[in-house]
Amino acid sequence: MALENADIEKIAVLARLQVTPSETNDYANSISSILSLMDQMQLVNTDGVEPLSNPHDATQRLRKDEVTCDNQREAFIAIAPATEDGLYLVPKVID
Amino acid sequence: MTHKTLVQIAKDLAAGKYSSREITQDIIADIKARDAVYNSFISLSEDLALGQADAADARIKVGNADILTGVPFAHKDLFCTQGHTTTAASKMLANFVPPYESTVGQRLLSAGAVCVGKTNMDEFAMGSSNESSFFGAVKNPWDLNAVPGGSSGGSAAAVAAGLVPAATGTDTGGSIRQPASFCNLTGIKPTYGRVSRFGIIAYASSLDQAGPMCQTAEDAAIMLNAMAGFDEQDSTSVQQETPDFTAELNLPLHGLKVGLPKEFFGPGLNPQVAECIMAAVKEIEKLGAQIIDISLPNLELSIPAYYVIAPSEASSNLSRFDGVRYGYRCDKPENLMDLYCRTRAEGFGTEVKRRIMVGTYALSEGYYDAYYVKAQRIRRLIKDDFARALSQVDVIMGPVAPTPAFDLGSNTKDPVAMYLEDIYTLSANMAGIPAMSAPAGFVNGRPVGLHIMGNYFAEAKLLNIAHQYQQVTDWHLQTPTSNNVPVSNQEKGA
Amino acid sequence: MSWEIVIGLEIHVQLATKSKLFSGAKAGFGAAPNTQTTLVDLGMPGALPVFNQEALRMAVAFGTAIDAEVCKHSVFARKNYFYPDSPKGYQTSQMDHPIVGLGHLDIQLEDRSIKRIGVTRAHLEEDAGKSLHEDYDGMTGIDLNRSSTPLLEIVSEPDMRNAKEAVAYMRKMHAIVTTIGISDGNMAEGSMRCDANVSIRPKGQEKLGTRAELKNINSFKFIERAINVEVERQIDILEDGGKIVQETRLYDSDKNETRPMRSKEEANDYRYFPCPDLLPVEIDDAYIDAIRQSLPELPDQRSARFVSQLGLSEYDASVLSASRTLADYFEAVVLVCNDAKLSANWVTGELSKYMNQHNVEIDQVPVTAVHLGQLINRIMDDTINSKGAKAVFDELWNQAGEVDAIIEANGLKQVSDIGAIEAMVDDVIASSPKQVQQYADAEVEKRGKMLGFFMGQVMKASKGSANPGQVNGLLKKKLDLLC
Repeated sequence: MALENADIEKIAVLARLQVTPSETNDYANSISSILSLMDQMQLVNTDGVEPLSNPHDATQRLRKDEVTCDNQREAFIAIAPATEDGLYLVPKVID
Repeated sequence: MTHKTLVQIAKDLAAGKYSSREITQDIIADIKARDAVYNSFISLSEDLALGQADAADARIKVGNADILTGVPFAHKDLFCTQGHTTTAASKMLANFVPPYESTVGQRLLSAGAVCVGKTNMDEFAMGSSNESSFFGAVKNPWDLNAVPGGSSGGSAAAVAAGLVPAATGTDTGGSIRQPASFCNLTGIKPTYGRVSRFGIIAYASSLDQAGPMCQTAEDAAIMLNAMAGFDEQDSTSVQQETPDFTAELNLPLHGLKVGLPKEFFGPGLNPQVAECIMAAVKEIEKLGAQIIDISLPNLELSIPAYYVIAPSEASSNLSRFDGVRYGYRCDKPENLMDLYCRTRAEGFGTEVKRRIMVGTYALSEGYYDAYYVKAQRIRRLIKDDFARALSQVDVIMGPVAPTPAFDLGSNTKDPVAMYLEDIYTLSANMAGIPAMSAPAGFVNGRPVGLHIMGNYFAEAKLLNIAHQYQQVTDWHLQTPTSNNVPVSNQEKGA
Repeated sequence: MSWEIVIGLEIHVQLATKSKLFSGAKAGFGAAPNTQTTLVDLGMPGALPVFNQEALRMAVAFGTAIDAEVCKHSVFARKNYFYPDSPKGYQTSQMDHPIVGLGHLDIQLEDRSIKRIGVTRAHLEEDAGKSLHEDYDGMTGIDLNRSSTPLLEIVSEPDMRNAKEAVAYMRKMHAIVTTIGISDGNMAEGSMRCDANVSIRPKGQEKLGTRAELKNINSFKFIERAINVEVERQIDILEDGGKIVQETRLYDSDKNETRPMRSKEEANDYRYFPCPDLLPVEIDDAYIDAIRQSLPELPDQRSARFVSQLGLSEYDASVLSASRTLADYFEAVVLVCNDAKLSANWVTGELSKYMNQHNVEIDQVPVTAVHLGQLINRIMDDTINSKGAKAVFDELWNQAGEVDAIIEANGLKQVSDIGAIEAMVDDVIASSPKQVQQYADAEVEKRGKMLGFFMGQVMKASKGSANPGQVNGLLKKKLDLLC
């Protein structure tokens, strides 16, 4: 399956990646060849084969409903790029 | 200190030949002096290391030492280290200092091991050559023109160069085994869920597994003893008794059934690598093993299926890098969209962005079933292949990679060519079984690793085989500077 | 043209767990920003989720409470989108395999008939953080305390046909989740909020119209207003020949209007896939049955008991059981006065009237159930009459105090001293010769009505405190003697 530049632009928006026009071209080419590699999968019949998402087919373990950690705000806020009054700052969000 | 094994250092420390502080200082000085050539470290954690060394010396003094107490090692820079930069070899996290320690790191610290620094790697563990690091490519100590393999290439180069006796690695599609093979090391990817993933920056959650990279199988067993164990903070951690991985090292191999899958010896395999592997298999046969031809019919499908599943999970796992709570943030974002798009475009490298886009595409509406779900079905076929094979044999052997280490820059233009290099390693991650690489010879001065795969939770068996093999061979004792192996092709580069 | 309104609700119920859905951080409202967060809720690199068993129990309790299918196999999926209040870049939710499947809920309509509303599913998911829009150097502040707090999202079928039905459905859900104790139901704090999918279609048309999704409505009153104002907007557009755009809209309660949400404008592709950090949740019949057995009395069961045990009318019973706190209040009143009918009258009458006037919910009323019970006791033992009782109630509501003290202080005690009443009756008769004459001239059947005048005069003379029964009896006797 070959991707057009427009496809790459659409994917880049979904993935929140700014791409330059020349990068778009490169990605369209390389991702198209990756997709043709993937298309090998379509040659195999997998009807009735259950998808495997965990190698052990394991099930979820449950955690007791307990508060196990204290307030560590200062440690977390200290490594953030922009904060004020303990809040993370981002460019104005409009609902 | 160079090329002392972990066991040797542990013995020396116990005997009081030197203190942990002394060897830690020596190792850090050695890295500072020699690593400029290999670029195997991203950062050194000298102050933290000396503190850990002093604590270890105190433990040794009062007779409260573990085998790893005071022994220096290095972490792949994917393991979060509390109070020390953890970059994932990305500009995105170049200044990220986690206020927490990974479970594996915590376990090693509790054992008294001393972390001297963080090793280079492919950015976010995405690569097979260690050329995608923001901090520059790593060179293979065996041949400076060759890649060390990836993604745990820095860990491999650091141990191979004799800078540290052991290092941690992670293996999502071969990232411990392939660099171990390229650098003449013993490295093991445990069963999925054996080692906690908590605090290790995720690439592909259902495939990632951490393990040790060492010079010998015995060292690897000792490291794995410290690293493995159930962790209630990781839902995918397996609630299984963790055995003493050194306990079975000395068992004889009589009656061991070794399967050789014909798909591992197809036309893509370099004939000289094949020779090395067959010689190693012969050696193991001499130790009493029985060699049986088997088949893993869906092996080839592991490449497309892996390169759907891993990027899909990665595209989601890497969404958290948005410039809001930690890590890189673009300069003067105009609005929210600009903050996201520019932070991520500037913070991630080309291969990471490519995989994020592949994964985003594979999960998107209209393609999800054809790519992601299909890949998961194939994943089950691969698991079933192994189940069938491992009902006939105890372990499976073959090459780790189709070739020895390739030249730096030779595959960087064509991602698909790079992906094909992973043909022999991906399937163990897809099935979640343990697999390891052990030194098995050289081709033109570049090392070749023997791939040993086993059933779930059979790490002790794999290490036992590698250890027995290492009792009758000396490949693992070769070092890039030892006289009996040519440090080849030096005229070509460096 | 005549339009039919079609409404479906997605109700988000914040589960009252101690810790978060996937981390050991404290869950709860009102803490200082970002003080209730861990690695997991902040989406720190390498952090991993582990599922809270209490959230599972609560979701299953809800499923059994509405008699829905409880799924033995459920799967957490990632909903991928970028937003600052979603720190991981995805929300962990359930898509193809929710914990609760098909169910239904019966609501009572205004005409007292019962309507069944289909429940499509209910799934567990993590809540997002909050964006604070006060100006921080031209930026928005992000508080992630709420991030990863457990939510149960209950999705209805598009079965509601007007705003009142939607409110009744929401109220019933509120009663159920508070009765089974899985949420505090505090709508002001966002513990329960809903999105309403609203569309209209010409009456008789089967095909659904294009819908608008009204986001994050957090009071019963606003549900009704938001839906009504949205319906009007849609009718206006269609009747002007326009087209409805499928979009997400926000209800602005100050302006009483809905407007498109700018943040949701761009087309999204959420790329759902099973969360690889979490594994499928498997439960068995024994687990589900044990939870079913432990459920408390549900609103419908309570309503039935009010009819059978307390002798209430179906209507009163259903009104009183529609909210757990209201029903609890009512039963506490009955416990004190032991008269269910009078208690029901007071709770659905005077109390509800005051609640509406003062715009307060039952858990905020200033008159305690014990006081109301005592007040009813004083009516029953003839200490006060109903007029006096209303005055006492008003004072309890506005100024508090004890029932007997208020009666005493305001001289509301009803006069039952036969001598005193007789004197007042005699005075009134003596001072109203004209009316006495008219009474005497009237036909016997009509005299009853005329008695009202004398009653009024006597009650006025007693300042309302005379026992009306006694006054009535005496007046009749004395007037008839004069005729």
